[in-house]
Amino acid sequence: MKNNLILYIGILIFGIAAPFIFPAFKVQLSILCVLIILATTWNIQGGEMGYNSFGNILFYGLGMYLCASVQVGMFFPLAEWTESGGEKTFVHTPTQFFQGMAVGLIVAAVVPTIVAGLIGYSILGLRGHYFAICTLGLGVAAGEISGGIEIIGAGQGFTTPPFPNVGSLELRGEFFYFLSFFTLVLTFVAVRSIYPTRFKLILNAIRDNEDKAEAMGIETMKYKIIGWMISAFFCGLAGGIMGGLVGYIDSTDVAFDGREMGVFMVLMAILGGKGTLWGPIIGATVFHIFKEGFWTFFLGWQYVALGVLIVVIVIYFPEGIMGWLREKYPDRFGEVVDEKDRKAQVELK
Amino acid sequence: MISVQACLDGILLGILFALIAYGMALQWGVMNIINIAQGDLVILGGYIAYFMYLYGIHPAWGVIVAPIIMFFVGIAIYKLVINKVVDRDLFISILATFGISILFMQLMNFAFGADVVLANSDYGTTMLFNNNVVLPNSKIFSAFISILFAICLVIYMKKSKLGRAIRATAQNARAAKILGVDTEKVYAATFGINAALCGVAGALISITFTIHPYMGLPYTIRSFMIVIVAGLGNLPGVAMSGMGLGVFEEFADYILGTEFRIGSVFLLLVLILVYRRFKLSRKREYLK
Repeated sequence: MKNNLILYIGILIFGIAAPFIFPAFKVQLSILCVLIILATTWNIQGGEMGYNSFGNILFYGLGMYLCASVQVGMFFPLAEWTESGGEKTFVHTPTQFFQGMAVGLIVAAVVPTIVAGLIGYSILGLRGHYFAICTLGLGVAAGEISGGIEIIGAGQGFTTPPFPNVGSLELRGEFFYFLSFFTLVLTFVAVRSIYPTRFKLILNAIRDNEDKAEAMGIETMKYKIIGWMISAFFCGLAGGIMGGLVGYIDSTDVAFDGREMGVFMVLMAILGGKGTLWGPIIGATVFHIFKEGFWTFFLGWQYVALGVLIVVIVIYFPEGIMGWLREKYPDRFGEVVDEKDRKAQVELK
Repeated sequence: MISVQACLDGILLGILFALIAYGMALQWGVMNIINIAQGDLVILGGYIAYFMYLYGIHPAWGVIVAPIIMFFVGIAIYKLVINKVVDRDLFISILATFGISILFMQLMNFAFGADVVLANSDYGTTMLFNNNVVLPNSKIFSAFISILFAICLVIYMKKSKLGRAIRATAQNARAAKILGVDTEKVYAATFGINAALCGVAGALISITFTIHPYMGLPYTIRSFMIVIVAGLGNLPGVAMSGMGLGVFEEFADYILGTEFRIGSVFLLLVLILVYRRFKLSRKREYLK
């Protein structure tokens, strides 16, 4: 426990110092924070609860659109803003920008949570294949439908308010980095505080055998919905931040991007090891480094690489990094291993 | 008259969907795998016919060439990926085929370009009801070919040795294995047949409609929807729900507008699944 505390403080200090150590990578670091949030929250219902959703992108995109719409709509007519397509006819003053962002983020977190509750009540009774495909359908449907709505830009996209001119240009990167880092810390604290509780055990029971859990007197439906709502809350927040960071929202390429973000969050959680606290964080970091390091080498072939990567990870590496470490060093994970038994197994191999 | 037009269009379109859904039902029943790459196999089949058209061969011959090529593509996919995920967690197979789908999408985008293309068949049109209803002959042709292939496949499944082996494996893979059926071969053949059916459907789609590298996923979703409405192994049901979906889509197109067409298909899927969940939960309450 003491070691853990030192580790947490170390990471916190590193996180705060990171934009000053690597000033050129501020945007990348902010994206990394968002990716970790997405992977960690996917892990709550995907890894712990066993409900593998492709549809968390729905909350992410919803948060993105809501945050930007609120930020614009609070001060200017929304329809005219989107129609002008990013022309600088309306300019936010710094106060308006930050006020709008704050209210927008709150809305971006709360509305997806409510939506998750409503949708969850109707579809969390589905199991296995049906749930996965249903959520996949939800994500794509949201993308297609939002692409047809005029007031939020339809096909031509939505330009989020540009960062106001306050002092130096560096401030934009720092603002978004600290915003995303703060959200990441919030997410981690929330998820970490779930771990030792009965709630997490109930989620695991649902994953392992839902019928038995129900027979033991657990109201599985209630806990499933709560689990999904927690996921949606942080997904929405992450979406809102990402919208401001990217500066441009498009229905199928940025917001409801099932081919990128929607798959990334699943892939990162699996790569790191689903059902573990640190797995998604490690997975997201490794994945982001790999992506940024190698994506440019593939030059247009990145989706091909992504497809191959998914297949390879899923087939040869389904336990992820944490699973591999656990197999290699079981004593570090608090598992007592009979030395004789282990030797016998190694010999068998 | 518009509604008659929409109905006829929808039915002819639905027969095509039913053919794809039949392939999906086959592999779902036999291997318990949902292939997200189903739609991308369809589009690949379509590009085969389109290329024949580009090189001056009538694209209708694609109906014969595409399934032969696609059969081997299907077997290659099975050998490389699917046979490693057959008996694993359901989610693993969905994610693996999702990866294949992304891979295919992008490879097709590189190989054939991101333009919307169609293979022109020059079949002309048929006018019905005082020229109020216009039906392209290519649509009638494609529906006819789909029915022909479906009938052939049903007979093949009933009569041939491989067909019987496939049905036996679908009923109980372990028992079939004990009785000397080479299940590995059966799985490979099933996946190949499914891909071949996708190839036929794709060739027909390239003649009647348009194809585009990123259009695969809606076809997967449509066939999934048809299969869950009809149930596994219910062939008339697959045909009926395929046509129903086709009609629904045409009407959604007229009423809501073309930009909401795909979105409405995906929403319908969600609605059907929600309905199914509430129906099942009612059934469960009876057991209390």
